[in-house]
Amino acid sequence: MVKEILKIENLQLDIDGRGIFKGLNLTVKEGERLVLFGPNGAGKSSLIYAILGFPEYRIKSGRIIFKGKDIAAMTVNERVGLGLGASFQLPPPIRGIKLNEMLKICDNSITSKKIKSMSRGMKMEEFLDRDVNLGFSGGESKRSELLQLLAQQPELALFDEPDSGVDVENVGLVGDTINSFLKSRTGIVITHQGYILQFIKATRGCVLYNGEIICYGDPVKILHAIKKKGYAGCAACKKRMHQE
Amino acid sequence: MRCMQKENAPRVEDYSGRVPEHKAVENLADLPDDVKEASHLAGIEPSEKGRSGSFFQIDQSVICARSSQDGVEVMSIEHALNKHSWMKDYYWKAVDADKDEYTRSLKTGPVKGYFLRTHPGVETIHPLQSCLFMERDGIAQKVHNIIIAEEGSHLHIITGCAVHARVRGGIHVGISEFYIKKNASVTFTMVHNWGEDLHVRPRSVAHVEEGGTFISNYICMKPVKSLQMYPTTRLLGRGARASYSSIVLGRNDSVIDIGSRVLLEAPETSAESVARAVARDRSRIFARGHLVGHVPGIKAHLECRGLILSPEAVIHAVPELEARRENLEMSHEAAVGKIAEKEILYLMSRGLSEDEATSAIIRGFLKVDIEGLPPKLAAEVRKLTEMEMSI
Repeated sequence: MVKEILKIENLQLDIDGRGIFKGLNLTVKEGERLVLFGPNGAGKSSLIYAILGFPEYRIKSGRIIFKGKDIAAMTVNERVGLGLGASFQLPPPIRGIKLNEMLKICDNSITSKKIKSMSRGMKMEEFLDRDVNLGFSGGESKRSELLQLLAQQPELALFDEPDSGVDVENVGLVGDTINSFLKSRTGIVITHQGYILQFIKATRGCVLYNGEIICYGDPVKILHAIKKKGYAGCAACKKRMHQE
Repeated sequence: MRCMQKENAPRVEDYSGRVPEHKAVENLADLPDDVKEASHLAGIEPSEKGRSGSFFQIDQSVICARSSQDGVEVMSIEHALNKHSWMKDYYWKAVDADKDEYTRSLKTGPVKGYFLRTHPGVETIHPLQSCLFMERDGIAQKVHNIIIAEEGSHLHIITGCAVHARVRGGIHVGISEFYIKKNASVTFTMVHNWGEDLHVRPRSVAHVEEGGTFISNYICMKPVKSLQMYPTTRLLGRGARASYSSIVLGRNDSVIDIGSRVLLEAPETSAESVARAVARDRSRIFARGHLVGHVPGIKAHLECRGLILSPEAVIHAVPELEARRENLEMSHEAAVGKIAEKEILYLMSRGLSEDEATSAIIRGFLKVDIEGLPPKLAAEVRKLTEMEMSI
């Protein structure tokens, strides 16, 4: 039997007094490549922050179980130490910390040779000596995020809109990299437009709408339905697909 | 808000304690270990390795002054005043002796301090080092320094100020006059390691002629009772350039009021002033800058960033641009705040603990690219800031 790596039960969040999610449930099995669809503002990014343990995203009720452990009381770095990792949508610039140093933080035994070859692969070689995210374009910071995840090697990787802001020329590179990275691990890919699905062989898709997961199924079929009828149409859909 | 409150201003005459004489040494290596160690933390190399000359003053005694390179002069100001008749053209010619009570306190009486000069076309192979050291408690250390880079010469200086651990109170007043001739350059890196009960009042003015460059770097990471200075550069010749960088850490009850002022008085001159201030504990930091454009076509930029690490600390950034002609390019940016939580969380999501993330951000914040330093010296300066931050 394939093990569950992540199990979210009946989750409700409190963000600065504002409630979010109506008891959200989500299970991810080891080796899965789950695509999470949802309209803007549905709380897709909030879900990632909550899984990582950003203090602003307080758990009001429910549980987040990662590798069999309730991680609610763990700090962000403790969760990362347990095998979580994320690529962010809008990572903050930090003055005086270069991308090169970030990669060493992600993997403190990384060699400069490896940094070089990895960054060349992501077309980020010339950014290694620049302050991380400072003046990076949308696409550049996505590639930088991906590069950091490659160094970090998390067991469960969370990708927040890895394709937004990436130019046409590089979407394939980003998509292919995520796809091969996820061959030997588990991932959740958040996407708004679904463009990146051309490159990532996702095993399952689901839709976050109005505070809950309303649909599970074939990611390509879900994407088609969303494109045809929009998220509202998706929510009104009678033949909701369910888990398993 | 012009300066620190008047009533707190220390008076030189309150520190008239008897100043003992100190014996001269042949080599800095012969200094007592505690003096060596304290000066080393202020960037001084007691072995004199990698230095083209050394000047060392303890209290009011010059105990070492020598150069190991032809065309490079290192001597006490007293010696220079006796040796060079033309010194009258430099002495008190950049700094106004009647500027304030501190400059006035140096108008009369025996003169101490250093004289550094590169002859025309000469470049210092290694930086010169000069140390102003206070060993006796409760005294006033008064120095007058003159630095001259003759035409086409390049002078690198690292200067460290330090005190003996036993010094509780005292005042340091320092006049520095820089003369940078045509196409010459001076890179002046100053490390201040004063004591918690010390008042410090440097007064410095630089004159830069055509095509000349003055690069001034300042690092102050140790507590001090009060420090107030507003070094000024006058860019007098076409194409002259000034660059100020400062890294200041306020600790305990330190009151630090520093700025840099550049008067751009000739065509095609340019100036840049970059300051980083970190305020801890109950420290108060005033970070000032004043750029004055007197002629069209000049370029000047001021940048000040401050980080507040304690609810009782204060940073007051005062950037000033003064444009006196049309058609000039002057800008400033100032940002003061606490460490952004999203930066900490970002680093934590890459595996650092909260404390590790915080110190990585502070280290990064202080990592100003200091211009004009030989790589080895740059590494030393970096090491100094890292060392202080880790305490």
